Order: sequence, then structure tokens, then C-alpha cells
Amino acid sequence: MKIGIVVFPGSNCDHDAQHALSEILHTSAEFIWHQSPDLTGFDAVILPGGFAYGDYLRTGAIARFSPVMIAIARFVRCGGLVLGICNGFQILCEAGLLPGALMRNKGLRFVCRHLHIRVETTATPFTSAARPGQVLRVPIAHAEGNYVCDAATLAGLKHNNQIIFRYCTPDGRLNPATNPNGSLDAIAGICNRERNVMGMMPHPERAVEAALGSIDGLVVFRSLVQSLARQPAAAVS
Amino acid sequence: MSHAARTPSIVETAIKVTPEIVADHGMTPEEYARIRKILGREPNFTELGIFSVMWSEHCSYKSSRIHLKRLPTRAPQVLQGPGENAGVVDVGDGLAAVFKMESHNHPSYVEPFQGAATGVGGILRDVFTMGARPIAVLDSLRFGTITSDNGAAPEVVARNRRLVDGVVRGIAFYGNCFGVPTVGGEVEFEPSYAGNPLVNVLALGIAPKNQLFFARARGEGNPVIYVGAKTGRDGIHGASLLASAEFTEKSQEKRPNVQVGDPFLAKLLLEACLEAMATGAIVAIQDMGAAGLTSSSCEMASRGGVGIEIELDRVPQRETGMTAYEMMLSESQERMLLVAERGREAEVFHVFRKWGLDAVEIGRVTSDGMLRVEHHGQIDAQIPANALAEQAPVYQRPIAPPKPSLACDARVALSTAGADLTSNFRRLLTASAIASKRWIFEQYDHMVRTNTTVFPGAADAAVVRLKGTTRALALATDGKGRWCALDPRAGAMHAVAEAARNVAAVGARPWAATNCLNFGNPEKPEVMWQFSVAVDGMAEACRGLSIPITGGNVSFYNDTLGKSIDPTPIVGVLGVIENAAATLTMAFRNEGDAIVLLDGRADSTRATSSGPRERESLREFASSEYARTIAGIVGGAPPAADIPAELRLIEALVGLAADNILASAHDLSDGGIAVALAECGFASDGLTAEAAWHTDAPAELALFAETGARAVVSVPQPSLARLQTLAAQYKIAALVIGRVTRGYFQVSLNGVTIIRDHADSLREVWSGAIERAVLNEPAPKQT
Repeated sequence: MKIGIVVFPGSNCDHDAQHALSEILHTSAEFIWHQSPDLTGFDAVILPGGFAYGDYLRTGAIARFSPVMIAIARFVRCGGLVLGICNGFQILCEAGLLPGALMRNKGLRFVCRHLHIRVETTATPFTSAARPGQVLRVPIAHAEGNYVCDAATLAGLKHNNQIIFRYCTPDGRLNPATNPNGSLDAIAGICNRERNVMGMMPHPERAVEAALGSIDGLVVFRSLVQSLARQPAAAVS
Repeated sequence: MSHAARTPSIVETAIKVTPEIVADHGMTPEEYARIRKILGREPNFTELGIFSVMWSEHCSYKSSRIHLKRLPTRAPQVLQGPGENAGVVDVGDGLAAVFKMESHNHPSYVEPFQGAATGVGGILRDVFTMGARPIAVLDSLRFGTITSDNGAAPEVVARNRRLVDGVVRGIAFYGNCFGVPTVGGEVEFEPSYAGNPLVNVLALGIAPKNQLFFARARGEGNPVIYVGAKTGRDGIHGASLLASAEFTEKSQEKRPNVQVGDPFLAKLLLEACLEAMATGAIVAIQDMGAAGLTSSSCEMASRGGVGIEIELDRVPQRETGMTAYEMMLSESQERMLLVAERGREAEVFHVFRKWGLDAVEIGRVTSDGMLRVEHHGQIDAQIPANALAEQAPVYQRPIAPPKPSLACDARVALSTAGADLTSNFRRLLTASAIASKRWIFEQYDHMVRTNTTVFPGAADAAVVRLKGTTRALALATDGKGRWCALDPRAGAMHAVAEAARNVAAVGARPWAATNCLNFGNPEKPEVMWQFSVAVDGMAEACRGLSIPITGGNVSFYNDTLGKSIDPTPIVGVLGVIENAAATLTMAFRNEGDAIVLLDGRADSTRATSSGPRERESLREFASSEYARTIAGIVGGAPPAADIPAELRLIEALVGLAADNILASAHDLSDGGIAVALAECGFASDGLTAEAAWHTDAPAELALFAETGARAVVSVPQPSLARLQTLAAQYKIAALVIGRVTRGYFQVSLNGVTIIRDHADSLREVWSGAIERAVLNEPAPKQT
């Protein structure tokens, strides 16, 4: 099993994702340069956090044109698992692989802190090892995490059970005060209709060791690894 | 290189050098005479420009050099002391810590966002140019007051708020995008910084100790390669005219002298440089910071005892028609100059091409010791590199102590014995020096790279672990201008002592220090006196605590309209924790734990009720945060610095942490014991303190005095006896003053309750005060 971590110019959580996968979960994780046109040999792909191309124009707006994104779109069509974290989530939205968009935080400032998110569904390859309703303590670190979409899209997300994480209180209740960025419906993470692409603003790779203040992010990577073990993504290549 | 390089006929520049032009470059007639003597001829305009930046105060340390020699810089762990891009110390397991602090004060006042951003960028380049990946940044910030309760004019307060907002956004913009965690630092608000804020940035990097890179050119014929951003006209004379002169009414006109930062490009430059270094083809490398192409070329040549010739037509440019003068003095950001092994250039070019960066051979190493600059086929400058880098004039400027100020006699009128001080305490918690800095540090990514194990606000120092080892590094910055204004020597000693104490409070052994010395105009004898005695104090404290200073920065001319800032030497101390698992924070951990006051003076009986001791204590108390916030007094004298006591306390804290018997530790500083006890609760998960002890001292002194060499720790009751045994061995006092509880925060003295309030209510006023002040929002109603 081999998981690829895409390195765009300006990605800066690539090493952290690799550390979580290889040092903590003992899973093979390799970097994929953004100009790589093919993903042969990879069973899943992570788009890590950072500031691809500096995010000067609009988050992800340039990164979506990197050659690797063509390969990723093909990978997704073939059922490959793709996880976008923070900037990765923004890029997946820009690339049209996930619906909606991420706008500037309601407070118009970068926010970095630990908070709580609730697992809204375990019926994805990224949350299958979690308990339904489980509350995870994970950090966010972004200036553009305010999820928006139109009413029809939101209805679709709800109807198809595509909302995966919502910001919540430590005991799992929804409360406007715990929404850190103004996201529609307190959305912290979603998946596509086919459930093989997930984007989330919080950083699970920063919550994989007690020394970092939380191990709650592990469940995302465990789910991914277990899902791959159950059904190898042979279809992809 | 063309043949012309061998013939020493220097081009005549269009602009002729006149005495007025010399003066415009901030140079004295004597300095100009020195240039003529070195060259044996008149310099042309380009050469004058080159000399003026290299001999500026900012680059040459001409006023400070003779004083800085008094700082201790050697120790077995020091791999590189002052004189390189950053200091380097051995931190064990084959790793070297590369760290340094630098100021970006004037640019941050002229243009707070870009000024602060490029301050971060500059120090990051200093670290990674040595082959170290930056793993942490700390910021030491000083602004004018952001509340109007001290009688500050509304427009001044409004401007200070804008500066705070701009500087914080600038730091966040650069550090977050670059991918380095901003893990700590400190911020203070004092009237003296209203016209001249301080932005000092410390960066720490880590590298295998046998893979460090230095800025020493060698090998005649080796190619000199320019990498990174293109050169533009931005930042010309940033070092000489912006950093080395006072502010006047016209300072806003200097905005074009401020550089513009591009953290994305810096991130690419970091990755490309580290990758290129790994090829083994790089001989020497230096970033282009202050004085850009000039300083990087002549310093690399001078350190290596060689010459460098460069051909400016080959320099990547983002503007047309730039003169040699402009190119040599540009401070465009995110550029580096390196020397590669002849024949291996292709390996270097390959890496930079991969990262989409310019990499161009612009010259070569020579053996004649000259910095030779060619432009349009003519020689525009030819100057001995060593003369630029090492032969700047050194000044022994006149020194005179200032007249004693009346404020020395200021005293706080104390309340009657047994009076309730709860409302004063609540006010003290909202003082900008004490209130939570959460609003600031949440705008910084303080976790990226997943090494940060102690977050901002959780302890006295920030802690980053070293992956692949059991070790962690701790960092803290400190420096109190108010105390230095009253007594620069004692103030500087406290800056060292407090930063070291902060590092020890997380369990780290203080290992090395960097500094940033922010002072007024050195041509004023009183300022030079402040500088000289502050250096003496710093040297004495560092010697006493065995902490070498491995580098730093001097920032003079922090004056606006003729008024100098409070002298503000900032110290950054790096500490090593052998066993990262034993790291301590300030947060109380268990209900029922004993709270113990540790005091480095084992015979601690100060602040008794009568005699000269009390008079001295009252004098010291007039310089406290309580005196300022509650009594509106800034005066008296800082507490006497007792370095042997500080050393005993530090040894004890490090030993107790390694012994794993403490649950928490927090040093005492602003606001004294009462504030420290409350903070241990604020950092915890809903716990607080219930304290009671007997004292001869007046209540305000007992609770709020800021005497050094003290810390509060919490310890599980079964370990209390062992703590007391160990404290005796370390020759420090350990007084049990209370226990960890929930609900009400309470302090009683001699059986009388002096402060009692619900911990949640106290936390609320404390946690939101800075945000409310900066955003100018009303305070919550008192509960």
C-alpha cells in the first residue's frame, strides 16, 4: 500500500502528512511533484495544506492547473481515494472535484487553534473507523475556510449524506459560537457524491500524537488505511 | 568576464560626488576622507553608495562594536559565534541549532504590514542560508499604548492600534505562508514606543552539525551565482537612510525605502537552497538582506580572503534602466548569492529550475581581494572587499549618564491592611502587559511542521521537539524597556534572567542567547551611556548564568522628533530539554495539588514591615505593573537583579522537571504572585488557586511585587516532602502557599481574604482585553 502526497510549490504541510502516515501509522507515503502527470502505483492521494502558489490570487485557483490535477481527476473517476486537507480542500473545490467554495473567514483573519468537530457520517472511506457522532479535537489554521455553496447544492449534500464534519462544542452540540469561520451549516468537511474524495479544513495530521495535544486526527488516517486494505484501488491503474 | 576587468580604469558616473552628496548618504567628511585613503583616489557615485551602506550603523556596528566585545560569546557548545549570518550551537544528537534575532523597527512604523513581513523574511533567510531549516519564529513587539486610560491622545491610540493590527497581519502573512510556526515571543505597550514601535524577530533553524554552510567564498574561478527574486528598485538605502537615522515629520516619505515581501517565493527559495546544498556543489552562500548585492558579495569575499567580480548586466532585473548604483543598493527581498564548485554549476541550476527560480552566473571568485562591479562593459566600482566589510570606522562615542529623573522617588500609596484588592486585581488582569495575547497568536500558524509541543500562552517558553530524538528546544524572549529606562544595567540583567528563567520553567537548560539591542540615537551621550551600561549588565548576567551570546543585532536611532525610546535590550534564550517527555507547562493539572512558591534566595525575608528593606521594596514597587496600572505611577527602580539567586532557581527548576515531580511551573514576572497564580489557572482545564500564607509585607507588595528569581509550581501532595528536600539541596526556599481548586480564585494573607472572585469571571476580563483594545470594543460589564 502506498499513499501519495502532492507537493505544489508552496505546500507546507506535506512533511507533516508524511510524518503522520509513515512514522505514526507505519504506512508507505511518498511525495508527488505537482508536475507529475501520472499516479501509477499510488493507492490514495493526499493534497496537503499550505499556500500553493502563495494563494495570492484566490486559494487553489492556480494550483488546479498543475499537471498533476489532470492525473488526479482521472484517478478520482477510477474510484481512487483523494483526501484534501485545508489548502488541499480549497484546491479540490477549485478543480470541481468537490462542490462549493471556501471564502475568507467571517472575521477576515487567519485563525489557528484547536477546536472540535463532529463526525456526521461514518459511511466514507475517511471516517469508517470513527463512531457516528464522535467528537474530534483537531486544530484549524486558515484564513479562507468559510464554506459556501448554493441552496440546491446544500440540499444535495444533506440528502446524499455528504457532510462529513461539522464544527461543534466539546460535547458535540452545534452552536453558532463554535463556528470559527462562518461556514455554511457549520461545515468543516464534505465528500463528493461517489464518496471517494473528501475535503476538510481542520488538520488531522496535526493531531496524531499526544505530544501535539491530541490524537483525534488519527481516526481519519486509520479509516483511510483500513479502507485501502479492504478494497485495494486496483481499478485505478 | 571581459578583458576590461584587468584594467583599473573606473567609469565616471553621471552624478558627481560633492560634499552635499556625501552628506546625503549619511557620511561624515572624516568618513569620506577614509574612503579616499583606502582607494587612493576619489570614489565615483556608485562606490560612494556602496561604502555608505556597508559603513552605515546598521551594517557596520560602528558605534556599538567596541561595547559588544564585552559580551561573553564562547562556550563549548558554541559552534559559531557572532560574525556569521546566525549563531550556531550544538544541541546534541548530531544536531545544530541555528538562531538569531533581528530588528525591523523603522520599516514597521513606516509601513507596518510589509515592514513586519520582511522582518520575518530577513531573519528566516539568515537561518536557512546556513543550511538549517527554520522550525520556529518568535516576535518581540513594542507599541505605544492601545488604551486611552493613561491620558494618551485619541489619534495616537488609534494609530497605535493600526500599527498593532498591521504588524500582526504582516508577521502572520509571511510566517504562515512560508510554513514556519510562530511559536511565541512577547508584546508590551508603553508610551515611549508610540512614534517608534519595535519589531524584533527571532528565528530558529535546525541542521545536522556537520552539514552547515558558511558565507566564505573560496576557489579562484568558482562561479558566483545569483538565485531567487529579480532585482528591482525597492528598498534602496533601507539600511543606511531608514535604519540608521532618526525619524522626523517627513518619515512617511520614506515608504518607498521599505521592501515588499513575497513569502511564497521565500518558501521556494528555502526548498531550492536546501536541495541545492544537498548536492554538495555549493561552496558558500549568503542571503541578500540589508545592502543586498553589495553586502552579500563583499562579505563573502572578505570572510574568505578572496575577491569577487560581478557583471551587473547578467543580474535578473524586474525593472529596466537600473543603474549600477541602484542594483548594488537594492534591497529587493528573497534573493541569495552563492558560490558553486566550478564544473558543477549544472547541478545547482537544475534544482533552481525545478523550483521555478532564477539562477544565473553573474561573476566569479578572484584572488585579488577586490569587489569589482562591471556594468555595460565598464568597471563601475572596484573596492577592496575587506575595506567594506571590516574597515568601517569604529567610534568610541561620548558617554554621559542622564540627569536623575524625579520619578526615581515615586512611591505607591498602599491601601490599609486587610483591604479587599479584588477590583484592583481585575483591572490589573486587563493591563495590556498582563492580559492574554491569544488574539495575536491565534493569527499565527503556531503548529505547522508538527514540532510545537508547547503552544503560545501555555507556558513561559515555547517548546519545539526535535523529531527523531528524545530532545526538545525551548525559546523565550524578554526585555523590559520601562525598567531599562530607570536603570539600564539592572534592566538588561533582568532581561537575561527572565528569559533564562522562562526557559527553565518548562524544564530546559539555558544553552545560548541572541539579542536585539534597541536604543535611541547613539550620537546622544545619554543614549550611548544607556547602551554601554546595558551591555555591561547583559554581560554580567550571561556570565553569571553561563549563557553565551552567539549573535544578534543592534538597532540605534529609534528616535522620533528628537525623543528616544526607552532603552530596550531584548534577549532571546534557547534552552535544551534532554527528555522531551518531561516538559512542563504553567497549567495546573490536578485538583488538590499543593502550590509552592520557589525563591532563589533561600533566606528570603524581603519586604518586611520596617527598616531600609521596606524603603527599598517600596522604591522597587513603584516600577511594577501594579504601580502603573492601578496607581498611575512609572518610577522608582527595578528590583535588584540577583544573578546567583537566579542561577539557583534555574538549576532547581531544570532538576525538578527532570525529576518528574512537578505538575506545573510558572515564573513570576508582571503582576507578581497574584497574577502568576491566576495565569496557572487560566492555562488549565478549569482549575484555579486557593492560596493563603503569612507575611510581614504590606499586601500589595506580597501579592504584586515583581522581584526576580521566583516561580510558582504545583506538585501532587505525596511529592511535597520530596520537593522540599530537593529545594533544600538546591539552596532555594520552597514555601507552600496554597492548593489547586475549582470555582473561586482566592488569596488570603495572615488569615484575611484579600482577593476573591470566580475564576471564570477573571478569565473573561483577562482573555479578551487585548482584542477589545485593538478593535476598540467596549469591555464586558463587571459581574
